[in-house]
Amino acid sequence: MKNIEFTLNGFPMLVYVDPSLRLLDVLRNTLGLTGTKEGCDIGECGACTVLLNGKAVNSCLVLIGQVENQNVLTVEGLSSHGSLHPLQQKFLEYGAVQCGFCTPGMLLSAYALLQENPHPSEDEIKDAIAGNLCRCTGYKPIIDAITAYSR
Amino acid sequence: MNNFNIVGKNVIRQDGLEKVTGEAKFADDYSFPNQLYSMMVRLSVAHANIKSIDYSSIENDPEIIIIDSRDIPGANYIGAIRQDQPIFADQKIRTYGDVVCMLVGSDPEKLELAGKQVKINFETLPTLTDPLKSLKKDAPLIHEQYKDNLIVHYPLRKGDIEKGFSECDHILEQTYTTPFIEHGYIEPEAVIALLREGNKGVHIIGSIQNPHTTQKVVATVLGWPLAKVRIQQAELGGSFGGKDDTMNILSARAAVAALKTKRPVKIRYSREESILESYKRHPYTMHYKVGYNNDGKLIAMKIDILADGGAYASMSPFVTWRTVVQATGPYEIENVWTDVRAVYTNNPYTGAMRGFGSPQPIFAQESIMDEIAIRLDISPDTVRRINGFKTGSVTASGQKLHDHDVNLITVMDRAIQESGFQEKWKLFKSQKPEFGIAPDRDDLILKKDEFIDPDKTVYKGIGLAVSFRGSSLGAEGIDTAAAYLSVQADGSAYLLCGLAENGQGLRTTFSIIAAEVLGISVDDIFYLDHDTSVIPDSGPTVASRSTVMGGGAVKNAAEKVRTALQKFLTEKWELSENDELLFAGNKVSCKRKNKQIGFSELCGLARNKGVNLAALGWYAGPQVDWEEETGQGDAYFTYVYGCQVAEVSVNISTGQVAIDRIVAVHDPGTVINKVGAEGQVFGGVTQGAGYGLWEEISTHQGMPRELNFDEYLVPTSKDIGKIVPIFVQGKEKYGPWGAKSLGEPTLELTAAALANAIRNAIGKRFYNLPLNLEEIILQRKLRKEDLQRGSM
Ligand code: FES
Ligand code: FES
Repeated sequence: MKNIEFTLNGFPMLVYVDPSLRLLDVLRNTLGLTGTKEGCDIGECGACTVLLNGKAVNSCLVLIGQVENQNVLTVEGLSSHGSLHPLQQKFLEYGAVQCGFCTPGMLLSAYALLQENPHPSEDEIKDAIAGNLCRCTGYKPIIDAITAYSR
Repeated sequence: MNNFNIVGKNVIRQDGLEKVTGEAKFADDYSFPNQLYSMMVRLSVAHANIKSIDYSSIENDPEIIIIDSRDIPGANYIGAIRQDQPIFADQKIRTYGDVVCMLVGSDPEKLELAGKQVKINFETLPTLTDPLKSLKKDAPLIHEQYKDNLIVHYPLRKGDIEKGFSECDHILEQTYTTPFIEHGYIEPEAVIALLREGNKGVHIIGSIQNPHTTQKVVATVLGWPLAKVRIQQAELGGSFGGKDDTMNILSARAAVAALKTKRPVKIRYSREESILESYKRHPYTMHYKVGYNNDGKLIAMKIDILADGGAYASMSPFVTWRTVVQATGPYEIENVWTDVRAVYTNNPYTGAMRGFGSPQPIFAQESIMDEIAIRLDISPDTVRRINGFKTGSVTASGQKLHDHDVNLITVMDRAIQESGFQEKWKLFKSQKPEFGIAPDRDDLILKKDEFIDPDKTVYKGIGLAVSFRGSSLGAEGIDTAAAYLSVQADGSAYLLCGLAENGQGLRTTFSIIAAEVLGISVDDIFYLDHDTSVIPDSGPTVASRSTVMGGGAVKNAAEKVRTALQKFLTEKWELSENDELLFAGNKVSCKRKNKQIGFSELCGLARNKGVNLAALGWYAGPQVDWEEETGQGDAYFTYVYGCQVAEVSVNISTGQVAIDRIVAVHDPGTVINKVGAEGQVFGGVTQGAGYGLWEEISTHQGMPRELNFDEYLVPTSKDIGKIVPIFVQGKEKYGPWGAKSLGEPTLELTAAALANAIRNAIGKRFYNLPLNLEEIILQRKLRKEDLQRGSM
């Protein structure tokens, strides 16, 4: 067990946990932030995607010890002061959400892309979310939502 | 056509907000104080007799509670038709997914270790994994209580098959196969059982597709009255037919454990466990013999289909029934002889999955239709035009299609026009690809002249497939649905339909329907959580029946409330019987009297006068009938028609098939929610493409090989080209304003259209799904075991 400090959704966070726990478990179980989902546990589905220092990572493959003094963003940190981030709004408008299980991870992969590349091409969008599986939407509405936001 | 305010427009999902913020609560997001976790103990074998179970090394550990069949107060064996599946296997193992016992405790890691210490003494039995051998005399019997491994056999007889074959100009015989398919919902199964106070029973929250089915199973297993079992559906992270039987069983296990421990018990599956234990889409072996004339007319069709039901009957009797009704495809054929059988094996069991017994025969039948066209040197649409259903056509089961728009040719023409099918098909057909090596050759080292010209590796192709599909359950089951609507004194309303949301957007569809009838905004409708304690059993969310059945019930409930309000206003405004009231824009108005009132104000007034503003709506499907021996009858009360055209680029040096474009034309009756409907097409076509090109659960002696998404390949964002959804809306007397089915038709056609497009591109017919790299290059599948032996 160890004290680990990091920045979570813009706020300083301190947890006292086993440093070999997955970041995903600390978020979901220790901190009760259940917006980050688990779909495969092997880095294949992207449901657990969070941003680590602005880069999209699979939180099932990151240990909490690795985020010490780093910056983590989860879906709970996307909207601010009760108002949706415009990207979330676009996801709603374009029908990018069906069952919604992939949505948090999808949003964060898209967000990471847009931070780096505000006007991505369709192929760049597809690349950025290629690690996020969605079984419901066929991706098209998601790609459209991201495109709409970037315009 | 109706003049709608909201129906058919783009509406934002009812549950969208909580899903984009991460607040939506899926089953595993629920936790309760004192909650226990669980771990399943299985035997790594496909078929065995259990002789004894030795718990001695863990049974004195106070932190571990053992749950097995001895803890079940009611029935240990369950199933929709045959009660052949154990909650806890106590005599036999019939497939790898079977669970012998469950360990429960507060520390998941400790449970993991303890699970390894349960010693099961068993005797292995001969394993049956080839369904083609399951009906042989010497085949191992999977279930001793039945005399053989046959789960169900549906014959269908129409006309005189032998006469038909003797009189036709040509006969074509081909065999097609399809694999096990995993639903691949991104959320693995999870459920929590909570014991309620006193005599209130148990409360279950889970990733449950059909709460009322789960309720029945849990009550049966506990030996309790249904009303003591309260099932609440958590936000469902995808299902596609897959969170039914498995979730019923997991819910029952959790309930039994909660009963024993008096603490909340959670079961959550890893992806591996999910794929191992959950049921799959049926693999089919389909033998078609088709007699046809020089003019393209089909004269006789003999179909023999064998479905691998795996270890348990589950939904096989329902799935294969749809197959027998639809196996000829949407073609009028005078002489039909069909046999569809489902059999037991030691493979993973198979059950419901989006499409439900239709994607398999469509792959076979639509491939054959193209083969006939090619042999007769006519275009694929021509052979379909000649034989396809039109108004007044009679199906293989003897049903005359007359009281709805028979849109088959219309949807096909629309798809052809949109894709430029005819010209492209002819053009691509004239390509002559030169393959490097013969796939069946032993020596795979290429000689100089055998290399494929690097400029000639990619060939384009276009293919089409059409289908008809019975809407809702048909003669498969009781077809009724309920909805509860309670309008509040300020005009806002609670709504809940007995058909559970599966992620596709039913809450939104139902809210639109209620809002349309009452002339209010969708935002005024607050959709309730699905809970068996508040809404009557409406049957399962299956068979693309929810919009037609549930929508019908919601409309009925809303109309009841509207009628009550109308009556109230008629008195208040002293209107005559014939005065029309308009409910729109959150207002109610009477043109003749020039009167208008806000909906909210009206509800307040009505409430104060004691008017009942709550209603239970009900919708019953029309009568259908079926004759078991001959497979004749009016199977479904109405049908939908679809056509998909796929365009592909096939690389003959790698075997890779790239999907360039898919045009999907469907006739779902009235479209209630446009974004939702298009979403069904994008999602369904993508799943259908996965079925066609990549997805497969293969088994090794009954054990699934692909247990996670590293090996089970569901389509990613990069795998599919453009998808063009087009809706042809037709007249329909059933359902809300004539809305019918869409979810499944979108999936069932894609693999067949792709197969035909590949045929068009490279001139080769493929008989076995999926059409992955090795199938295209070698015409066979490569397995891990093959590779280990060093062969290719
Ligand atoms: S759970 Fe992390 S990638 Fe699937
Ligand atoms: S919306 Fe269901 S997995 Fe993406």
